[in-house]
Order: sequence, then structure tokens, then C-alpha cells
Amino acid sequence: MPRILDELDLRSDSDVPDVPPPTDSTPEILKRALSGLSARWKNWWIRGILTLAMISVFFLIIYLGSFMLMLLVLSIQVKCYHEIITIGYRVYHSYDLPWFRSLSWYFLLCVNYFFYGETVADYFATFVQRREQLQFLIRYHRFISFALYLTGFCMFVLSLVKKHYRLQFYMFAWTHVTLLITVTQSHLVIQNLFEGMIWFLVPISSVICNDITAYIFGFFFGRTPLIKLSPKKTWEGFIGGFFSTVVFGFIFSYFLAQHQYFVCPVEYNSETNRFMTECEPSELFQMKKYSVPPLLQAVLGWETVNMYPFQMHSIALSTFASLIGPFGGFFASGFKRAFKIKDFADTIPGHGGIMDRFDCQYLMATFVHVYITSFIRGPNPSKLLKQLLILQPEQQLSVYKTLKSHLVEKGILQPSLRG
Amino acid sequence: MKVSGTPIEVAFIFIYNCVLFILFVLNRWKNWWIRGILTLAMISVFFLIIYLGSFMLMLLVLSIQVKCYHEIITIGYRVYHSYDLPWFRSLSWYFLLCVNYFFYGETVADYFATFVQRREQLQFLIRYHRFISFALYLTGFCMFVLSLVKKHYRLQFYMFAWTHVTLLITVTQSHLVIQNLFEGMIWFLVPISSVICNDITAYIFGFFFGRTPLIKLSPKKTWEGFIGGFFSTVVFGFIFSYFLAQHQYFVCPVEYNSETNRFMTECEPSELFQMKKYSVPPLLQAVLGWETVNMYPFQMHSIALSTFASLIGPFGGFFASGFKRAFKIKDFADTIPGHGGIMDRFDCQYLMATFVHVYITSFIRGPNPSKLLKQLLILQPEQQLSVYKTLKSHLVEKGILQPSLRG
Repeated sequence: MPRILDELDLRSDSDVPDVPPPTDSTPEILKRALSGLSARWKNWWIRGILTLAMISVFFLIIYLGSFMLMLLVLSIQVKCYHEIITIGYRVYHSYDLPWFRSLSWYFLLCVNYFFYGETVADYFATFVQRREQLQFLIRYHRFISFALYLTGFCMFVLSLVKKHYRLQFYMFAWTHVTLLITVTQSHLVIQNLFEGMIWFLVPISSVICNDITAYIFGFFFGRTPLIKLSPKKTWEGFIGGFFSTVVFGFIFSYFLAQHQYFVCPVEYNSETNRFMTECEPSELFQMKKYSVPPLLQAVLGWETVNMYPFQMHSIALSTFASLIGPFGGFFASGFKRAFKIKDFADTIPGHGGIMDRFDCQYLMATFVHVYITSFIRGPNPSKLLKQLLILQPEQQLSVYKTLKSHLVEKGILQPSLRG
Repeated sequence: MKVSGTPIEVAFIFIYNCVLFILFVLNRWKNWWIRGILTLAMISVFFLIIYLGSFMLMLLVLSIQVKCYHEIITIGYRVYHSYDLPWFRSLSWYFLLCVNYFFYGETVADYFATFVQRREQLQFLIRYHRFISFALYLTGFCMFVLSLVKKHYRLQFYMFAWTHVTLLITVTQSHLVIQNLFEGMIWFLVPISSVICNDITAYIFGFFFGRTPLIKLSPKKTWEGFIGGFFSTVVFGFIFSYFLAQHQYFVCPVEYNSETNRFMTECEPSELFQMKKYSVPPLLQAVLGWETVNMYPFQMHSIALSTFASLIGPFGGFFASGFKRAFKIKDFADTIPGHGGIMDRFDCQYLMATFVHVYITSFIRGPNPSKLLKQLLILQPEQQLSVYKTLKSHLVEKGILQPSLRG
């Protein structure tokens, strides 16, 4: 068997050339303000200021509403994609490959079109039904998306150049894996958001809280290293972070669950042309009396406690954020070591790239979505109705009859006369 | 030369020469003989399995998928010399299992609805299927992170990405093939045979008429072969569909019959498979001399399928050729003597499976009524009532239902 060895093959990581470190992009104004401090504290100040800036922007956008949040998620997704693809270019020195930049952006556009097309059809149903041209796009959405993707695929095949086959295949695979990670997750985040802003805020804040509290516990009590991959993480930080995050999630949910703004599914109101969050809060967000288990009764001294059922779910979400979320961070750390980069990019001074901030969020978004579809949300009635109306008349009649007998059986419907 | 000797000696010399000639032919054309025999063997096995039915076909597709996955992953090991990486073989097979579990779980729930409803334990698995699949996948993900070894990070990430891309290609496509199969065996047979026919006819046309190279990537392909293959495949698909469309065995959706515990293909053929009179467009009237023609509507769809198989299918083959050149391998594996690996036979099929599935869901099949009903019964009572009322008013409006008294 012939040996397959060229400059891209590696026996071990020592063969990997170093990627040049990103330049310092701290704004001038900050540099001047902090010129008096030593280098070590300057870094902390920059991190601190940028953290406050990011949190403020976040609160502002929450205030502005779901649509702005959706745009924020979309722009973060595009930036993450750009960062990872740029790393790929640097690793493979593939700036000069023909077509490749255009093709990467084209695939991003295709996949986004596919996902957002599916979302738009569901959530903007009223908006869409009034416009004829959109009807066509929606009816054949999958076919159109597939045709667009195929065009990109054929362009890729036609762009293969004799000496660069392997590079081009690597970049093709790199693009697809990145799409899988960034675009699908951001789409799931948006679906969670539309379920109710609380399903967006609690998971994200749990992950951030876990980051911060694990760091604090590690700083004060840290002794036993957690994993070789991230030498700064400790078991004390991990466990302390876990308990703090669960408590934080529990309390934070309590406050959010009281406001319709956070709790109601986002709906598009075609009269006002705006997103509405007004509804009758579901049972999850109505105060219930729970009897305290005997074990905790002794500790807390209460026999019953008033809680929102959602708070129980928040415990599950926070547990995932603390125990499994960090694996996303380890994955990203491993990735950075594998490709010998310090940060994904230098977008945020002191913090690195957008991906650095969001690496732990990725698993969380998928988990929340799977959680909602498995345990919380049933099927969407308007979506079902839409599909029912496409069926053949005999099929509709048969479904109608079965549904009617089911409703009569359950006593929801009075039999016969007034059907 | 004057032949002398007894008749027996003459016969002996004649037979001896014949044997020499046969041995000579066999030796020179050995490769061709092997290819020919294996082709016949594969076709026979294929027909046998079609005869045995949908379930056997499903198993065949599944085993082909596993073999393709194995071939591509093995190439990855060879490229990256990563036989010794800890855990990696187990993790690759584990991910294959997870993704298959996810896809087949979704299929089973839909198609085996009657079988499943009688068994309590399965109900739990199906209700929380997504959650269970996700938990299984996460376990694999965490095992991967824990298995990262200091000097081999990059190799391990490469193999992780390689595994996922391979899963994306092989498992999703095989799942789509099975969904097409359950729609009706004709949706499985016509696309696959179109791709094979295109391969063969493009080769034949290229052999006899080939002059202009088609693409630098595959120097043996020619424009003449491409165009000749296109027309032949469309005609083949048209005629083949005509014969298949007459039999319920090929045309009916596959259903699981819980009484007989078998797969059934008996149904009232849909309109696609009922003969219709088409008026021939004036242009063709002059050529063919007919004013109307009796055809199955499905034959029109077969033209679309064959066109895709001939025009876009080959790009799957070019992709695989580029891949083999990129990684300097001649064949994906040596599973089939004379033909290479399983992937070599199936490289053009991949795009076809996705296209057929998208085609069916966009143009042919509406939503599945029993699936809709199942979801309806999970809804909250108020939601069910509201859907019931809207459906009722729609049916009354369309005149399918008599209003009021007998609802």
C-alpha cells in the first residue's frame, strides 16, 4: 500500500506550524485611560469593562424585544462561522484556493435559507398567507433549498484544481462541520426564543453564571485539577459552580416567571405588524403549592411551598449547564490546542473571539430544544391544521371521524345532534 | 500445411488448440471476466432480494450503509496513521449506532404504529425518543472529550470531523433510501436502476463515440458519453416505469400488517399509477403519428428522475473521483473483486437518494394522515376542540360533510 504522506500529514502535533497570534485590538481610548496601570491589572480592567459593555448591550436588546434578539443571534452565528472558517484558512494556507471564500459564504446562505424558511412559514403564518409569491416559495421550500445546495455542490466539484484536491476537500469538510455546529445551534436558539423568552434567558444565564461561579470557587478553594485539557479548572470550582448555578437558576426563574413578557410564546401580530408576547400563561407559570419532602422539611421548616412548576425545570436546565455544558468548553480548549491558537479571534478585546464566549452555549441550546420538544411542548395546533387542510378529502374525513369519536369518548364533545 | 494422421489425432490437436485459445482469452480478458461475473452475481442477488420483499431490501440497504461507513473510516485511519489512537474505533462505531438509532427510531414509530401500540415498553422509548437519542450522542461526545491525548489533539479532532461528515453522507442517505422504499418499491427501483443504466450507457457511448473530454477530474468521461447516456437513461426509465407501474407489488406503500406480522403491499393504486390518456403535443404528433397516448402519470415523473440521474448524479461520481485522487487511493476498498469497494459502486447513488426524497415530499406525497392523527391526540383538549371545529367548517364548506344534524 503506497504511503500517503505530504506536508499536511501529521504524526503528532509537533508537526503543526504555529498560527501567528492575533494583533492587539484594544481601542485607543481604553489604552490611554489605563496607561498608568501595570500590564496585569490593565488586562483585568479591559476584561471587566468589556464584560459590563456586553451585559449592557444584552439588557438593551432584551428590552427591545424578540425580533432584535433574533437579529442578535443571527449576527453572532455569522461571526462565529466567520471565525472558524478563518482559522481553517490560516491552518491550511488556503487563501488562494479558487472560489473557496465565495463557496463558504454561499453554503452559509443556503443552510440559513433552509432553516429560516422553515421557521418563517410556521411563525409568520398570517403574514405569509396574504402574499401570493411567498406561498410558492413555502410550498416548495425544501426543493428550492436542495436545488440551491446542489448548485453549490456542483460548483465545488467544478472548482477542484489538480494540485490542491486534498486541501479543497479539507476545506469542504471544515465548512460543513462548522455549518453543522453554528447554524443548527443558532436555529435551535431561535426556536427556543419563540417558545418564550424565559427559555432563552435562563439557559444562557445559567451557562454564564456557571462560568463565573466556577471561576470564583476555583480561585478561592481550588486544589484538585479537573481535567488535563484545562489545567486551570478544579473539582472544587466545578462542584461549587454546580450548586451556585442551580440556586441562581431557581431564583432567576422565579422573577422571570411573573412577567408575561418573558413567559409567553412570541407571536407575530399581522394587524400591528409587530411581535406580541401576550397570552394566558401556561400551567408551567402559574403558582402551585408543593408539599416539601420530609427530608427538606426539617431543614427549611416549611410544610408547603409556593413555586412555579417552571422552577423545577430550571433545576434540570441548570444541572445540564453545570455538568455537561463545560464539556463544550473542553472541546473548544482541545480544538484551540490542536490548532495551536490562543483565542478563536480578537473580536472582543480581553476576551478573544465571539466563539470563546459562546463555546459552552452550544450544547445548551440543543439540550433546551430537545427538552422542550420532549417534555414541554406538544405539537403545534396551527401547524397540524395546515397539514390537515392539504390532505385528500377522504383522508380529512377519516381524520375528522376519528377525532370526533375521541373527543366524544373523552367527554369534551357532546355526541350526535349538535356534533 | 498438409494435415496428416488419423481422425483421432486431428481431433486431439483441434481440442488442444481450442483449449489453448480459451486459456489465452481468459488470461487476457481475465479482468473483464471477473468484472462480468461479479456484475451478474450482484444483479442476481439484487433480484433475489427484490423477490424476498421490502424487509430484506431494508436489511440490504442497512448493511450497505454500514460497509460504506466502514470503508470511509478505514481510509481515514490510513490517511492519519491513527490506528493507535485511544478509543477511536469504538467511538466511531458508537456514533454510527447512535445516529442509526435516532433515524430508525423515527421510522419505526411511524410505519410500525400498530406493532408499537401494543407494547408498553416501546411506548416509553418512542415518546422520549429524541431525548434518549440526544443523551446517547452526548455520552459519545463526552467520551471523545475525555479521550483527548496531549500529543494527538489535532489528529483526534480530524478523525472526529471525518466521522461526522461520513455519518452525514452515509447514514442520512441510507435513511432517505428506506423512506423512499416505504413509499413504494418503484421509488426505490427506478432511481437506482436509472443511475446504473446511466453508468453503463454513458460508458458504452463513450467507448464507441467518445471524443471530447468532459471534465479534467475524470479523463475517461466524454461529452458524447454524457449526452448519449442521458437520452438512453430517460428512455430506459420511461419504459421500465411502464412495466413496474402495472404491479401492486411495486407501486403500493409498504405497510406492516400486525395480524400476519408481515409487510404488505396491497392497496388501491394512487392516481399516479392509473393509466391516463394524454394528448400528444403537435410537435411529437408529426414524429410519432399518434394523437393520444396512454401512459401512467408516473412515467412523467420518471423522466424527471432519470434526468437528474444523468445530469447531476455524475457529480457524485466526480466528487468521489476527486476524493480518491486527493487521498491517493485507487479504490475505496477491495471488497468486490474487479469492482473495488462498495462505495465505488454507490458513489453516484448518494445525491439521487436525497433528490428522490425531496421530490416525493415536495410534489407527490402529502402529509401522513395517521401521523397527523397521532399528534392530534397528544394535544390539549381545548386545542383538539378548536382543530375539530376548524376542520368541520372546512369540510362543510367543501361539501364533503353534511352540515348540522348528523355532524
